[in-house]
Amino acid sequence: MKALEINNLTKIYKNDVKALDNINLNVSQGDFFALLGPNGAGKSSTISIICDLSMKTSGSVKVFGHDIDEHSNAAKSCIGVVPQEINFSQFETCLEIVVNQGGFYGINRRLALERAEKYLKKLDLWTKRNERSRNLSGGMKRRLMIARALVHEPKMLILDEPTAGVDVELRRSMWDFLIDINKQGVTIVLTTHYLEEAESLCKNIAIIDHGKIVENTSMKILLSKLKKETFIFDLTHPTKKLPSMKNFKINSIDSTTIEVEVNRKNNINELFEIFNESGISVASMRNKRNRLEELFINLLNEK
Amino acid sequence: MKNKIMYKKPILIALNTIILKEITRFTRIWMQTILPPTVSMSLYFIIFGSLIGPRIGTMNGFGYMEYIAPGIIMMAIISNSYGNVVSSFFGAKFQKHIEEILVAPIPNIIILIGYVAGGVARGILVGIVVTIVALFFTKLNLYSLSITIAIVLLTSIAFSLAGFINGVFAEKFDDIAIIPTFVLMPLIYLGGVFYSIDMLPEFWQKISILNPILYMVNAFRYGMLGESDISITYAFTILFVFILILFLISLYLLNRGTRIKN
Repeated sequence: MKALEINNLTKIYKNDVKALDNINLNVSQGDFFALLGPNGAGKSSTISIICDLSMKTSGSVKVFGHDIDEHSNAAKSCIGVVPQEINFSQFETCLEIVVNQGGFYGINRRLALERAEKYLKKLDLWTKRNERSRNLSGGMKRRLMIARALVHEPKMLILDEPTAGVDVELRRSMWDFLIDINKQGVTIVLTTHYLEEAESLCKNIAIIDHGKIVENTSMKILLSKLKKETFIFDLTHPTKKLPSMKNFKINSIDSTTIEVEVNRKNNINELFEIFNESGISVASMRNKRNRLEELFINLLNEK
Repeated sequence: MKNKIMYKKPILIALNTIILKEITRFTRIWMQTILPPTVSMSLYFIIFGSLIGPRIGTMNGFGYMEYIAPGIIMMAIISNSYGNVVSSFFGAKFQKHIEEILVAPIPNIIILIGYVAGGVARGILVGIVVTIVALFFTKLNLYSLSITIAIVLLTSIAFSLAGFINGVFAEKFDDIAIIPTFVLMPLIYLGGVFYSIDMLPEFWQKISILNPILYMVNAFRYGMLGESDISITYAFTILFVFILILFLISLYLLNRGTRIKN
């Protein structure tokens, strides 16, 4: 049984905008799945339909075998959702928000309080439990939404851009938390604009553009499709004359920085040999763009 | 076994949570929800009861203050039941936290009952406070406790449902003020709160019987004074029909996701 099965899903809004065009998607149980796409591609529309926040025009969605039309409540019980926009009452305290959400899922107050304590502590919010949510920082609000989504201990956690606007340190700690949750068997479906995030966390990936799935495969296979990568080299000494290279495209950014486009069929060792022969000494090197970002841009340009 | 006990009645737990959340909401902001109707109803008692009332004399055999007291209490119940649900539901839509309930496995009928129960709770609480205030100005009779309780419950249910429908359609704050100001208040004032419809010319009496609030005010007055302009059986029938229609409309809108889901 799949954690999520989407078949021929179409969504046409009242203004005739086709947000989703006959999409098919499967997510296995225990997967860490990324749904990527540019703004307006249809990611949030897909999530809204799965979570019953939006009506579909046609097609079917099953969550752990439960059809969202026929067994809506059984399907909903399996899902925890962290939306893109803050959507809790600004006047309630953190504890009230999490405990009430447990109540909505039919969990008695005693158990909801236990779980609220567990997740608020894990997400470093326990000291803020009696604070009104409007007084929290942006990062705290995002973590509160994660704690709220986990209070009924769902089999699948859906996160719509969970780290948008979150600082680097906090983002890393949220990644660790999500990896830990996934290791415990929770299927995770993630949409994000940070492609580094998807590459670091996700096992499988789908790319959506203009309401259509343009790629759906494992992260490993997808990254193997990358034909070329661009590296930035920081040099120890300024160089005026760039060496001529047959297999690599080289550009100077400034006197101590060069950019080299490497075709994946070429060996990068060859590049270092040329540097050595030309007396160029490299202090450090890095990818110009994240590999997935490179691939993502190429894919969208191709389609 | 432990889990079975914990998840024994999830729907009831969900309903209980919605009701508690609603009650917590309006008691937290009591300065905006409980105090204003208490002050304004006290002013009605002072102006219409103590100052103007003695000059009017008796109404259907009762002192004017005694006659209008049930109407003023009912006015507070109606406007607060309505106001609670419309502002709470619209607020939940506006702040998007209605999604907390929509993503959870709660049947729509339970969501509706939860919101209506919140409206009924505020209506009754304000009704009790206004009744206590009324006791400072006049003695209150109680002709039939069961009719009084039944009419209070049914009226607050009816207007909580009406408030829910308003909340569903409302898209901006103006939308939650227009109906109470331009529809609800005129209907309340013309619903026999301050006078008996027997005082009206025949034409206006016929127009008045189209006003559903007339039946509620009179049935409540009957429960307290044993006196009414209209038949109590007829009043209860009208109220039941009114509730049934509003309930079906509310549930239909919720099932369709009107102005709630895309």
